[in-house]
Amino acid sequence: MSMLEIRNLHASVNNHEILRGIDLTVNPGEVHSIMGPNGSGKSTLAQVLARRETYEITQGEVLLNGKDLLSMKPEEAAGEGLFMAFQYPVEVPGISNAYFLRAALNAVRKYRGQEELDAMDFLPLLKEKMQLLDMDERFLNRSVNEGFSGGEKKRNEIVQMAVLEPTLAILDETDSGLDIDALKIVAKGVNTMRSKDRAIVLVTHYQRLLNHIVPDFVHVLVDGRIAKSGGPELALELEDKGYSWADAPVAAISK
Amino acid sequence: MSTAKTIQDLTSQDYKWGFVTSVEEDRIPKGLNEDVIRLISAKKEEPEFMLEWRLKAYRHWAAQEKAQAEPKWANVKFPPIDYQNIAYYSAPKKKPELKSLDELDPEILRTYEKLGIPLEEQKRLAGVAVDAVFDSVSVATTFKEKLAEKGVIFCSFSEAVRNHPELVKKYLGSVVPYTDNFFASLNSAVFSDGSFVYVPRGVRCPMELSTYFRINASETGQFERTLIIADEGAYVSYLEGCTAPIRDENQLHAAVVELVALDNAQIKYSTVQNWYPGDKEGRGGIYNFVTKRGKCLGRNSKISWTQVETGSAITWKYPSCILMGDNSIGEFYSVALTNNYQQADTGTKMIHIGKNTRSTVVSKGISAGHGQNTYRGLVKIQKGATGARNYTQCDSLLIGDKCGAHTFPYIEVKNSSARMEHEASTSKIGEDQIFYLRQRGLPTEEAVSMIINGFCKQVFRELPMEFAVEAQKLLSISLEGSVG
Repeated sequence: MSMLEIRNLHASVNNHEILRGIDLTVNPGEVHSIMGPNGSGKSTLAQVLARRETYEITQGEVLLNGKDLLSMKPEEAAGEGLFMAFQYPVEVPGISNAYFLRAALNAVRKYRGQEELDAMDFLPLLKEKMQLLDMDERFLNRSVNEGFSGGEKKRNEIVQMAVLEPTLAILDETDSGLDIDALKIVAKGVNTMRSKDRAIVLVTHYQRLLNHIVPDFVHVLVDGRIAKSGGPELALELEDKGYSWADAPVAAISK
Repeated sequence: MSTAKTIQDLTSQDYKWGFVTSVEEDRIPKGLNEDVIRLISAKKEEPEFMLEWRLKAYRHWAAQEKAQAEPKWANVKFPPIDYQNIAYYSAPKKKPELKSLDELDPEILRTYEKLGIPLEEQKRLAGVAVDAVFDSVSVATTFKEKLAEKGVIFCSFSEAVRNHPELVKKYLGSVVPYTDNFFASLNSAVFSDGSFVYVPRGVRCPMELSTYFRINASETGQFERTLIIADEGAYVSYLEGCTAPIRDENQLHAAVVELVALDNAQIKYSTVQNWYPGDKEGRGGIYNFVTKRGKCLGRNSKISWTQVETGSAITWKYPSCILMGDNSIGEFYSVALTNNYQQADTGTKMIHIGKNTRSTVVSKGISAGHGQNTYRGLVKIQKGATGARNYTQCDSLLIGDKCGAHTFPYIEVKNSSARMEHEASTSKIGEDQIFYLRQRGLPTEEAVSMIINGFCKQVFRELPMEFAVEAQKLLSISLEGSVG
C-alpha cells in the first residue's frame, strides 16, 4: 500500500482555486521533492495535507496509509504519523521547548494508544536528537522559537521531527533563510531520518537543498498542477532552463 | 470561520462551583440604616469602639450615597445598585463560635469538600492553614494551635476584635481608612467577618495561610475584611480563594484587605478569584468591588500581590502598595481573564514615598467572548523618594474578535532621580499559532491552554506551587469552548 495517495486534488481559498487537480503517489522509503515557482501552490499543498482549515477542498481525495486524510483534523493527521516542518515556525512565548515537545510527543502517543513518557524518559531522548542538529542544551529551557534566528527555527523544526518520528514528513521550504552551514546541518538531520518505513516530501524553490538531500523523485508544480515528474536529474535541468520550460507542455495540452 | 467556532465552543464551559448549600440561615432583613449597623455589631458582640467606627463609616457612606458619589470612572457598565435591596448579614444558623470542626454543620463541610477544600483533611495534613468564610461569618479555622506555638495569630476578624482589640484598634483603617472610597466606606460600616493575621517579630510563618470565601445565600452581599500585620522581620504567605453559587441576580461583594509590613517584614498575598461570572448572556454574577492595599511601613519591607482573576461579572480592584519605608519593595503580578460578558477594571497603585523604593508591576489581561478587560495603574514617585525605581509590564491577549483590551497607565514623578520603565503589548491568539500546536498533535483546547499558560507564566511562577497548578486548571476551564 502506498503511504500517500493524492487523487485529483482541488483546493481553493476565498473562492480562488489554487490546487487544480494534483495526482501524486508516495511510497514508504521514498523522498519526493516538489518544486515550482512562487504562487504555484507548493505551500498550499503542504498545508492542505497538514489539514490547515483555511483551505476549501473542492474535489479529489487523499489517502494516508489507506485512511481518508481529508476528513482528519490537524491533530489526528499528526497522530496518524504526518509531520510538517513549517516555512515560518511560530513562537510560543513562556513555553519551554522541552515542555512543548514532551506534550506534543505524549499527545501523539496518546492518540496511538501508547503509554505517555515522563520527563525522566523524555529528556535523554530529546538531548540525543538535539545533538544530531547541533543544538545547544540551553535550547531546552528557551521558549519555543522565541528570539530564535531564522536558522535556529528551522533546525528546531527538524529536532521536533526527529523526536516525533513521523511516517510521513513534509518539509515546507525548510531551506529558505538558511546559510550553507545551517543547510548542511539540517540536511544531515533529514538524511538521518531516511528509512524504508518513512517517506519525506521536500517542498522547495531551489535545487540547492537537493544537493544535500538527494530525492528519489522530483515533481514540478506549475499553476496548481504537476507539470513534470522525473528523477533527481530533473531538478538540475530545471535549474538550467527555468520553470517556464517545465510549464510549456502542459500549457500546450490545455489549449 | 473555524477559529470563530472554536472560540464559541471554548467559551461554553459551565461554572462548576454554582451549587447552593441548604443550611439554615440567620439573616437580617434587607436594607441599610444605623439600626442595621447596631444589629450587626450586637450580633457579633463587639466592643464599643468597633460600633463607633462602623457608625462613622456608615454616616460617611450614607452622605456619599446621597450625593451619588459612587465611583463612575471605571471602564465598566452596570445598572444602579439598590443598596436597600440587599441583606447585610447572613450566617449559617449554628453557633458560629465552634470548639472543633466536628461542631460545624455537615452541609457546610460537604460544600468545602465539593470545592476541593476538605477542612477535616487539612487539619490532619500539615501544609496549609485554612480559614473558611461562609456568607458573612468565618466558620472554621484550622491549625490554630500549631500556629499559636509560634505566636502567629490566625483567626476570624470577629475573634480578633474580641481577643486582640489592641491590635485591631491600632491597625484597622490604618491603610484603608473608612473614608477611602465609596465601597470601602460601605464595607467599614457593615463588614461581617474576614480573616486576621498577626505574625510576631522575627517569626517566619511556618505554613501558607489561606482563606476560602464562599457566598451561599441569595440577595445578600458579602463584605469581609482582612487585616494582616507582619511585625519586624516577620514573613507570611497568604492565599485567598473565592466561589459562589449560580444565581440570576447580581450579588455585591465589597471587601477590604489591609496589609501592614514593619521593618524587614515581608507579606506575600495571593488571590485566586473565581466568583460566579454570570451566564453566557451576561445574566447574574458577582460584582467584585474590592479595595486591597498594603503599607510597607518599615525599612526594607516588602509586599507582593499576586492575583488570578477569572470570576465575577465585574471586577473593580487595584491591590496597591504604599512604599513608605526606605528600600521597601512593592510587587503586583496579575492575570485577569474576562470571557462572555465579564468586565474587569483592575490594576495597581505603587506609591513611592521612601528612598530607594522599588516596585514591579506585571499585568496579563486575557479577553475572550465579549469580555472587556482594562488595566488601570498608577505609579507615583513622591518628592522625597530619591532613587525610586519602577518596572511595569502590561500585556493583553485577545481571543476572538468581539472582546476588548484597554490600558490606562498613569505615571506621576516628582523626583528627577526616579527610573521608570514601561512595556506594553497587545496580541491575539492567532489561528497560525493554534494550527502549529495542533500539527504537532495537541488538540485545540490543549493548544489554547498552552498558549495562555505561556502568556501568564511570569505571574504563575509567583504563586505557591499547588495554587499555580490550580490557577492553570482554572484558566483552562474558564476558557473551555472559547477557541477551537
